[in-house]
Amino acid sequence: MVELKKVSYSVKDEATGRKQDILKDVSLRFEDASITVITGPNGSGKSTLIKLLMGLEKPTSGQILFNGEDVTPLSVTERAKRGFTIAFQQPVRFKGITVKKLLSLASGSQPDIGQMCNCLSAVGLCARDYIDRQVDGTLSGGELKRIELAMAIAKGGEVFLLDEPEAGIDLWSFEDLVRIFNRLHDKTVIIVSHQHRILETADKIVLFENDRIVSAGKREEMFAKLAERPALCAMRVKEV
Amino acid sequence: MDNTDKELLATIADLHDIPEGSFNIRKNGKLLARNSDKDIEIVSKTDKDGIDIIVRPGVKNKSVHIPVLLTVGNFQDTVYNDFYIGDGADVTIIAGCGIHNDTCDSAEHDGIHTFYVGKNAKVRYVERHYANGSGTGKKVFDPTTKIYLKEKACFILESTQLGGVTYTDRKTYATVGKEATLLVKEKILTDHEERAVTDFKVTLRGKGSRADIVSRSVARGNSLQHFRSDLIGKNECFGHVECDGIVLEQARIMSTPKIDAVSTEASLVHEAAVGKIAGEQLVKLMSLGLTEQEAENAVIQGFLS
Repeated sequence: MVELKKVSYSVKDEATGRKQDILKDVSLRFEDASITVITGPNGSGKSTLIKLLMGLEKPTSGQILFNGEDVTPLSVTERAKRGFTIAFQQPVRFKGITVKKLLSLASGSQPDIGQMCNCLSAVGLCARDYIDRQVDGTLSGGELKRIELAMAIAKGGEVFLLDEPEAGIDLWSFEDLVRIFNRLHDKTVIIVSHQHRILETADKIVLFENDRIVSAGKREEMFAKLAERPALCAMRVKEV
Repeated sequence: MDNTDKELLATIADLHDIPEGSFNIRKNGKLLARNSDKDIEIVSKTDKDGIDIIVRPGVKNKSVHIPVLLTVGNFQDTVYNDFYIGDGADVTIIAGCGIHNDTCDSAEHDGIHTFYVGKNAKVRYVERHYANGSGTGKKVFDPTTKIYLKEKACFILESTQLGGVTYTDRKTYATVGKEATLLVKEKILTDHEERAVTDFKVTLRGKGSRADIVSRSVARGNSLQHFRSDLIGKNECFGHVECDGIVLEQARIMSTPKIDAVSTEASLVHEAAVGKIAGEQLVKLMSLGLTEQEAENAVIQGFLS
């Protein structure tokens, strides 16, 4: 189980020099074997929460616990080794590094063709066509996004942080994504998304607004709340 | 051959034994071993130090190794090698040079290589430079490569220098004929106080000629690299030069690409990007469980692969 205890994160506004809260006193629990989808308007702090969970940023105050251990001071590398796995919203390109090499770095060993095929076919790619491709500008945004997800599968872990996994993936492939989430159902899966079809896969939905949680609950309860407040989809964008 | 020779040969030419077919191994300015066959003939020059390598027309899928070893200090070795590649031939030439210098004096090898590539012929030329040794003496390579490509010829130059070379000044000149192609893949890693200068001058002379020059370099420590290219389009042609560099610590990389469209039909492109390793790349690899140092090494290894 992952738990956030009164986590706050603020930055200094470059223009005004004033402190700006991105997240304020967020307390949340992510249970084992559950899918939580975090949704809310742009700039409400969803991606920041993912970064804090992975250790890419450190909270200004508060604690992050994993199975009771305080992981707040742990680095990205240490959290990755504890079982935290992230698929970034905007995957990075690497000149000269092949898909095969990245899958090998992700899995921590030299995967055989069957294992690579397993990871790549899960994201709708044929291993034969991709393992020797370089993860550079020759890949499209959609291909890159699928490879990012394949890396997360290859790495494995206990806590999966998926930041807008649907971004750049064509609509017909949603079934592939849903299959991936089902495959991870025995893990703690935390997804940032705006897509209704992804919200439908959630056990729990957390709704962010500005720098705090508006509400969190089981999928059916939250669908009812969201239906009552359609304006949440068009909330103002806070520039960070 | 002693163990040092064997180690150098394995590093520069992937040779773990005496190769099959034609080869010429030179050590400390002298011939160590040679084999010449009917397809690829190797003949010593009579007017100066060096060899002629003559590939018969139509010879396919053959390779020739011409490694050079330098294992003494206070030695400067200049060699003139000329390659005559017959029409329609398809060969791989492996021409590494390894220096092992345990002395305080400098060891230098300057290979002056000239290629005359016939019509429809294809050459893959692999050149690896490597140096080691505990001495403070300089380890220097100043190679000059001249390439003349006839109609529809193709020349692939794979040049790699991955460490230990104190100073290098590499010059490559090429004239590309009608519908001929020149492909260059250069990889250089420098560290400590090492200096590397590379110079390309490529003239796209024939109609439909092409050149693609890609240089990847990593400079660390206090090292310095300077990449210069001069691409001249004298006909309807396409030329592309790309210089990518990663700088670490106190190192420095300069890139001076020049393109010159003499003909209005010439299409020439250059790209150059030099900088440190992107932070997002390190973060991504660290999120897979690598330490920052391991992530840095993985990026560099991939970049130079």
